[in-house]
Amino acid sequence: MAAHGDAPAAATGAGPARSGRPVAEAAHITKRYGETVALDDAGITIMPGETHALVGRNGAGKSTLVSILTGLQAPDRGEVRFGGEPAPRLADRDAWRARVACVYQKSTIIPELTVAENLYLHRHDLNRARLINWGRLRRKAAELLETWSVDVDVRSPAADLSVEQRQFVEIARALSFGARFIILDEPTAQLDGAAINRLFDRIRSLQEQGVTFLFISHHLQEIYEICDTVTVFRDARHILTRPVAELPRADLVAAMAGEATGLQEPSGRKPPAAEAPVVLDVRGLTSGDTYRDVAFQVRSGEIVGLAGAGGSGKTEVAETVVGLRAADAGTVEVAGRRPKPGSVPAALAAGAGFVPRDRHHQGFVPMMSIADNATMTIQDRLGSAGFISNRRRDELAEEMIGNLAIKTPGPELPVMGLSGGNQQKVVMARALANDPKLLVLITPTAGVDVKSKEFLLGKVEEVAEQGTGVVIASDELDDLRLCDRLLVMFQGRIVAEIPAGWHDHEVVAAMEGVNLNA
Amino acid sequence: MPETKTALAAAAAPPAGQARRGGRIRLARLRDLALIPAIVVIAIVGQIVNPIFLQGDNLINILQTMSEISLLVLAQTVILVTGKMDLSLESTFGLAPGVAAWLTVAVGSGAGLGLLDGVWSVPITLAVGAVIGALNALFIVRFGLNGFIVTLGMLIVLRGLLTGISGGQTFFNLPESMLYLGTALWFGVPVSIWISLILFAGGIVLLGYTRFGRALYAIGGNVDAAKAAGIRTDRVLWIALVSASVIAALGGLMLSGRLASVAAAQGDGAIFTVFAAAVIGGVSLNGGKGTMFGAFTGILLLYMIQNVLTLAGVPAQWIQALNGAIILVALVLSRLTGGKAQE
Ligand SMILES: Nc1ncnc2c1ncn2[C@@H]1O[C@H](COP(=O)(O)OP(=O)(O)OP(=O)(O)O)[C@@H](O)[C@H]1O
Ligand SMILES: [Mg+2]
Repeated sequence: MAAHGDAPAAATGAGPARSGRPVAEAAHITKRYGETVALDDAGITIMPGETHALVGRNGAGKSTLVSILTGLQAPDRGEVRFGGEPAPRLADRDAWRARVACVYQKSTIIPELTVAENLYLHRHDLNRARLINWGRLRRKAAELLETWSVDVDVRSPAADLSVEQRQFVEIARALSFGARFIILDEPTAQLDGAAINRLFDRIRSLQEQGVTFLFISHHLQEIYEICDTVTVFRDARHILTRPVAELPRADLVAAMAGEATGLQEPSGRKPPAAEAPVVLDVRGLTSGDTYRDVAFQVRSGEIVGLAGAGGSGKTEVAETVVGLRAADAGTVEVAGRRPKPGSVPAALAAGAGFVPRDRHHQGFVPMMSIADNATMTIQDRLGSAGFISNRRRDELAEEMIGNLAIKTPGPELPVMGLSGGNQQKVVMARALANDPKLLVLITPTAGVDVKSKEFLLGKVEEVAEQGTGVVIASDELDDLRLCDRLLVMFQGRIVAEIPAGWHDHEVVAAMEGVNLNA
Repeated sequence: MPETKTALAAAAAPPAGQARRGGRIRLARLRDLALIPAIVVIAIVGQIVNPIFLQGDNLINILQTMSEISLLVLAQTVILVTGKMDLSLESTFGLAPGVAAWLTVAVGSGAGLGLLDGVWSVPITLAVGAVIGALNALFIVRFGLNGFIVTLGMLIVLRGLLTGISGGQTFFNLPESMLYLGTALWFGVPVSIWISLILFAGGIVLLGYTRFGRALYAIGGNVDAAKAAGIRTDRVLWIALVSASVIAALGGLMLSGRLASVAAAQGDGAIFTVFAAAVIGGVSLNGGKGTMFGAFTGILLLYMIQNVLTLAGVPAQWIQALNGAIILVALVLSRLTGGKAQE
């Protein structure tokens, strides 16, 4: 590993002119969780005014570094400095917050509190009697969200927010501190294209005001779009730091993966025969304004993409199919059976498997082990008469861990202790576990690194070859590439059907409601 | 941990639609007042059962009987909101005035040692409360032990201590200063009622309108998020646990004053009523939810019902069973009005 240096060299050259001391620097940081080494003598140096990307595969230690840089955790060894000064004591939270604001990968929204209070938590407006002025706080919160075009009542509990709204509340909050250094840990994983653009516009205007960013994302094109410098972590170590302009995409991927393999070519999977049995038959599905008159079929062995921007209704349609919500009208038939609408257990019993949109709330039980989570849907296969054989369970789980390359010391680790992308893989493993007849994937690769993404999608193709019908609801073109055909949704209706072999711009245009062929 | 809710249960609830949002907010506010109709109904029923019910004397009687235990409800609510619990409050309620009596009651009168002058009794009571709270906080916050187990242990230890120092007997001949809070009147109303009402008013302001109070909710909702927001969670928990114990000690002092004695069993079993009142009043055992006003209506409702039962001539032996039944009914009702599973 020739490129490995202890203290990353300060970037030179590209990007806006920067000078003086680093805004933040972490040097020789080591952090262990039990037997997992999350960071091993790693470091990063962030210069004033730059937008610094931090990339690496799932479990490389990025979020761990973020928690150390924001004072949520102390490193086992190593030192953090801000502007050349040693970092404040961990207990001095106010001092940390004055130096750095952060959007964490894991939600820090408190569901029981209102949206307004979440935005101004612990910095409530006080009146002269030092009591909270709720009226002013709500007004300020409403104004703040308006600048982000987030349309929610700030008095409603944060539990009511959609994933995307919640993400915007987090972002709006972090940027509203007026901090000069902002860390964004995978802010875009849950956002659609338009929302990402809105975020990037805001980042650019802050860049012009000299705000420094540390930006983490698995979407490499975003790194090239808004970052000046990039640091790569691999297996808990610092690998390299370079100006973005000097590091072509292939080299970046190679640095992350530790090998020089490029991205794979799509496999030569053939579309299913026309006479294959229908595993999903959706007819006349309507739900208020969310989606109207949606009808489509998926055959055994077929992969169908449900494309569409945020708010197009694609997520809701997919959620209806697996019983996460019920439609007002219309029918869903899974493998010839009609599961009770709005019932997940009924949909699972009919032979469906799914990866939900929001892994934290719908995907897994964080305190339970990987083994328990991954086998939750197939407990009947783990033993007889209601007893579960632990040995059998761990065997199955080991197999899944191997199959999906989940980075963990073993199947008994609580899912809570996994990195974000690896948690997503557990959710995926669970969906694949009961050999479903129909597999519904909603933004299945959110937060998954490029290599693992390829791998997961490869698994999906494998499952399809064995006769599972697959629906992928996503707006990420990479997720949709393996589909035999795409159904594009716009404002609640299916507006186009595109066979495989499309060009990116076709799909993007259709998702925005523009029909190029008309 | 809000995220520990089982996957499918959480998944089954469809996200609230735009149209329902206004309704939900109003519902959330109304939940605070959820017990008011029940209180009105009980008042009417009580009046029909016995016309004494709504007379000033009887109302004062209700408020005074509940005043001491209401302080336990207040203390427990502060802790429940942070997502912890303190079972040992009921033992603190007995031990704190017990220690004060032990040290100040003259030799020859029961187990008294007569070591200190009577004026020390009030400071001693409160100090004992503070020490117990600090011990709880040491175990729960500093060492990260489970609050349920720690305070269950403390409940037993503290009760045993009181039995030990008193020899299982009751302390009588309490010093003048210990009797004041339980016997004096201000503007014709017992001091203990004033204290209870003032503390609850303070509690409403504290939980609803101060950063400290909102920090309690944030901690109960999601500790990591609270930390990230700059809240010094450990310090807030220490303050909450210690003040709760001090308030419990104050409640115990008020009861000792009213009864002019400290029994070895003072407070024994009270914790069940305390939890019932808090939960009926809408405070979640999982933390992050509930208000001080709700908790107050909870304990008020329970004591009104008890009073009505007594006025109706229900034999005291049966009141216990009826009390349990009422708590269950109230829980079912609050589930129906709240629209969400009780946690
Ligand atoms: N609380 C914890 N307990 C145990 N292990 C942990 C804990 N937090 C992180 N880890 C481990 O530390 C390693 C680094 O995790 P980290 O979250 O920093 O990865 P990451 O680079 O952010 O990955 P991702 O791209 O998936 O978010 C992982 O192997 C993870 O399993
Ligand atoms: Mg991460």
